[in-house]
Amino acid sequence: MSSVMEPQGGAAALRGASSALQASRVRMHAKRKRVNAIALTLSLAAMAFGVFWLIWILVETVRLGIGGMSLALFTQMTPPPQAEDGGLANAIFGSVTMVGLATLLGTPIGILAGVYLAEYGQKGWLGSATRFINDILLAAPSIVIGLFIYSVVVARMKSFSGFAGVLALALIVIPVVIRTTENMLTLIPNALREAAYALGTPKWKVIMTVTLKAARAGVITGVLLALARIAGETAPLLFTALSNQFWTSNLGEPMASLPVTIFKFAMSPYENWQKLAWAGVFLITVGVLVLNILARTFLRNKH
Amino acid sequence: MPWADLVFSVLAHGAAWLTLALLVGIIISLIVGAAPAIREYGLGFLWSTDWDPVQNKYGGLVMIYGTLMTSLIALVIAVPVSFGIALFLTELSPAWLKRPLGTAVELLAAVPSIVYGMWGLLVFGPLLATFVQQPLQGLFSGVPYLGALFSGPPVGIGLLSAGIILAIMIIPFIASVMRDVFEVTPPMLKESAYGLGSTTWEVMFKVVLPYTKTGVVGGIMLGLGRALGETMAVTFVIGNMNQLNSLSLFEAANSITSALANEFAEAGEGLHQASLIYLGLVLFFITFVVLAFSKVLLARLKKGEGSRS
Repeated sequence: MSSVMEPQGGAAALRGASSALQASRVRMHAKRKRVNAIALTLSLAAMAFGVFWLIWILVETVRLGIGGMSLALFTQMTPPPQAEDGGLANAIFGSVTMVGLATLLGTPIGILAGVYLAEYGQKGWLGSATRFINDILLAAPSIVIGLFIYSVVVARMKSFSGFAGVLALALIVIPVVIRTTENMLTLIPNALREAAYALGTPKWKVIMTVTLKAARAGVITGVLLALARIAGETAPLLFTALSNQFWTSNLGEPMASLPVTIFKFAMSPYENWQKLAWAGVFLITVGVLVLNILARTFLRNKH
Repeated sequence: MPWADLVFSVLAHGAAWLTLALLVGIIISLIVGAAPAIREYGLGFLWSTDWDPVQNKYGGLVMIYGTLMTSLIALVIAVPVSFGIALFLTELSPAWLKRPLGTAVELLAAVPSIVYGMWGLLVFGPLLATFVQQPLQGLFSGVPYLGALFSGPPVGIGLLSAGIILAIMIIPFIASVMRDVFEVTPPMLKESAYGLGSTTWEVMFKVVLPYTKTGVVGGIMLGLGRALGETMAVTFVIGNMNQLNSLSLFEAANSITSALANEFAEAGEGLHQASLIYLGLVLFFITFVVLAFSKVLLARLKKGEGSRS
């Protein structure tokens, strides 16, 4: 720049300097474009990288799991090692029971706390504290939830039980439901609330019949996502429900579940167990992905 | 009906209190459970490498190292990839592709960790051994220091495999936070930069990233919190060996979560169980700090956004 400014350089020098400047500008521009092209290519590669794993995992799960699909999978008990037949009936039943009960237990608490955050405690300290802690619980290690239930339930009752498993899973449902319920309720326009109040409606009725009703689709989505989350959870069940080789519908006894059974079977050297584990992984993956897609389409249709 | 209002309000308040009580309960129960080990070892537990159930001597360094190292590997891989994905989804992708690709990345987060674990152990591990570990070993075998990182049996089990699988698992979390914070950047800022002739990369790196950096760090912290606490995927592939003799990334190792998953149900009451709960307490403390930090950073971005607009 400075050379261009010098007055005593003469016209020729000025032209030379400006053409040098021109050349350096062109070089600079080319370099910036090159850097841009490289960065954008890498970004494209990163996107492909992310999608690649999803497809690979899904393909392998289907390839290795679909061979295990049969009626026996749903009707027979988990076999001993190196047996000819056998299925996952007790594990599937245990999973469905525990996941179902945990959802029934955790959903109302989650919705109530979500209602509190959106309708009662938008400002106060209890609201912000609950919101903060809930976000931490949402991402906290699930195995720690297992430890917690172990020490307050299993150690007291001196036995592993399906009931303890239900409690551990319910504790994972609660933060998920709180989060979505609050988010969905805050989306409801205040005019709706005000209109209801103006008609003399008490607060509980405004919440139950106006705001929660308007946010219904979002709340159901939250429950479905929570369901999908706990259906695949293994860690919190390892030392609460433990596992069981046999069929049991007694919540006071150790109870088999699909993820824990998969864990045990996949780590074993027995071929029949590994095959059943893949079949179980296939079932869980399909179930969880269907729940997720269902939740998404549900929400999209409503908004 | 004032009583109905009262009942409903009490129920809602109660549910909020329950959430608070839950956190307090978790912390108290972990401290009580770990008390025998805390009394016995104090903080020395954190840097002792003994873990010998037979002699009843315990120290947590091996597991703590495993947890931190696998999470570090995961972050090194996941952060740039997530940034690339977020960049693609906000600036490059054609509008009709945004939704399906975003959903695909989010589904990656929905796949249960046990699926990652089994796939990692039986499908990915062997491939990693043949196509990555053996060439790396050949490349670095004579190099001092670096060679030690890649020594050991290339069997596809160990810190490196666990780290890579953790990276795949946390990419969706980091990428979706990054995408969300990139999208709150005021369009005017971006348009001004484009108007001055900036390239897409320059707009992203010199305008959007500085504007959203607290949010981006918050997202990374969220991913780190996930990686630290992940159990099943790590347990499958880390090898569960209590050793720290070799620093090799290929060597089987152990992490806090996998030690808990493998040993807790069989540990007898007493010092063994208390030591495992102590490890759980350490894990909860680390993740709590990381997640709280992430939350504060993300909240700060939101506040700044309000004052600037």
